[in-house]
Amino acid sequence: MGRVDERAFPPGEYDVVVVGSGPGGLQTAYSLAHAGITRCAVLSRDPAPGGMFRRWPVYQRLISWTKPDAPVAPGTREYEWYDHNSLVGDEPGHQALVRGFMDRAFDVPARHEMEAGLAEFAARGDVRVRYECEWLTTSRDEAGFVLGTSDGDYRCKVCVFAIGVTEPWTAPIPGLDAAPHYAATRAPEQYEGKSVFIVGKRNSAFELAQGLLPWASRIVLASPRPLQTAVLAFSPLSIRYLSPYMQHIRGGSGSFVVDAAIDGVDRNADGYRIRASGTTWEGELELESDEVIAATGFRAPVRDLPALGVAMVNDGRMPAQTPYWESVSVPGIYFAGNVMGASAGLRKHGATSSAGSVNGFRYNARVLAQHIAEKHFGIARERPRLSRDEVVPFLLGELARAPELWVQKGYLTRVVEADGGGYRDGGVVPLADYVDRDGGDSFAVAVEYAADGAVTPVVYARRGGRLSEHALPTHAMHRFDTDEHRQELEALLS
Amino acid sequence: MEAPADNYVDALARLALFADLTHPQLEVLAHSFDEEVFAAGQRVIRQDVSGGGFYVILDGEAHVVIDGTERSRLLRGDFFGEISLLTDARPTADVIAATVLRCLIIPDTELKPFLLKQPTVMYRMLQIEARRLRAANAWDG
Repeated sequence: MGRVDERAFPPGEYDVVVVGSGPGGLQTAYSLAHAGITRCAVLSRDPAPGGMFRRWPVYQRLISWTKPDAPVAPGTREYEWYDHNSLVGDEPGHQALVRGFMDRAFDVPARHEMEAGLAEFAARGDVRVRYECEWLTTSRDEAGFVLGTSDGDYRCKVCVFAIGVTEPWTAPIPGLDAAPHYAATRAPEQYEGKSVFIVGKRNSAFELAQGLLPWASRIVLASPRPLQTAVLAFSPLSIRYLSPYMQHIRGGSGSFVVDAAIDGVDRNADGYRIRASGTTWEGELELESDEVIAATGFRAPVRDLPALGVAMVNDGRMPAQTPYWESVSVPGIYFAGNVMGASAGLRKHGATSSAGSVNGFRYNARVLAQHIAEKHFGIARERPRLSRDEVVPFLLGELARAPELWVQKGYLTRVVEADGGGYRDGGVVPLADYVDRDGGDSFAVAVEYAADGAVTPVVYARRGGRLSEHALPTHAMHRFDTDEHRQELEALLS
Repeated sequence: MEAPADNYVDALARLALFADLTHPQLEVLAHSFDEEVFAAGQRVIRQDVSGGGFYVILDGEAHVVIDGTERSRLLRGDFFGEISLLTDARPTADVIAATVLRCLIIPDTELKPFLLKQPTVMYRMLQIEARRLRAANAWDG
């Protein structure tokens, strides 16, 4: 007789099913439990927690920092701003866990340190997962959704897919599929003395180039769009990986960063020939290279969701989402984790959010959990009362220190609602939701980037149905709770 | 809404606004500016809220709404958001997705550099604005 399966969450009926056990899935599962959802199954095809951090980044450390020692104590809400890698818990014992695994060689963790921090969160936060259960198919029935898995069917009212953006995506360039993708990059020693042509100029391309600098004889990075470094606040690139660019700028080092549309890649006995057309310069380029790597990015492994009607964006790579990370075309299907980066928010001045990084989506997951609890299961969130005298200090404190507002600039906002003669804390919500909702009088504060990249405190006021927007002064040390700020905020509220 | 058969570059190539761009120039465009898809009923541009961008519709329909009244409809190939950017003032209307709406977005700070680098696009925009202006005057007249 076979062994009894003691894994959590056997197939059956649940209120919510979460697919994925990376940081997105773990944070969402934790937050749903703490928002009052009791019948939530968490499924993962992996044997253990960690998601993409069980494999990536390939060569380098992460680009998000965790400061083991900061001006505030670890475990506090304010410390989260100094630690962009730990998941967020409702108890001090669940907070700031990545820090304990860092050897302090750098202020960013190594891949294995991040993985350990995530596993610790799952253990301490009692996040149960049915491991080695792979989601395969999705369909609808009268009650909601049916997820077919390797262990059987799961029925639920609401699904949350925290499946990462981990499926290699190779741009449709003729011949490029003959070359390996970033995901298949080998140990750096294997590129010793070789010329390497990397298609792509974003973080994954530069991460590889940075790692190959001590080994390759020549490195070329190429893609159509020029690098944008003028306003670093709006650039998606991490400075940590930009040595190849610096070497190219100074010239003569064997590193080249080229703006070109790749016309074709031809494989031959000695390696590859690449043909390209200049984009910021007129002309053609033909190059021989021993190696070619397609660092052209990834897509979300959405399986049959498009067939179910889930609209996709970015050349079919990511699911299109509302401000609450719900599919724009199939209500009841939500997304968490890395893939939340496709819910762009207001995009003021083109600034995108940190929704695609752990530091951003850990807050999104908490907001999402509260939203699902309220919208689908009628579990109202507590809205603590505030007296009139408390409102301004409260809002100033949020502008000065709230990690949700600072990490997710222009994307998450803290709301205070007028209620009878007093006020209530309306919680942290997506800014795009606040500016679009109807409702009674309220105020909201957010930290945003101005057009020149300056970090700016902003106040929104809704009165008699009309919304107005007010920028408060910037500050060289980013202090937004000065007397000047207090006076301006008081004036706006009266 | 069904998934579009074109990839992003092909969808851009079909628009009159970009008809004069070469293929490498279309690739730069596709790599420089994001695509976004909005749910039906989602606001894209908000009256009195700063920081909005320039949008070109790749698929779907949008409505221009001022103080609750629908003023016009926008379809594939139409663009919006530029008045606010060109006059350096906040939007005076909402633009709301009527169906699932797929757009190219150029952030406000990048529209002018882009148009100066691609004068053919600027010229086509000017032609379309001229036609809009004439139609608006004819209505008033």
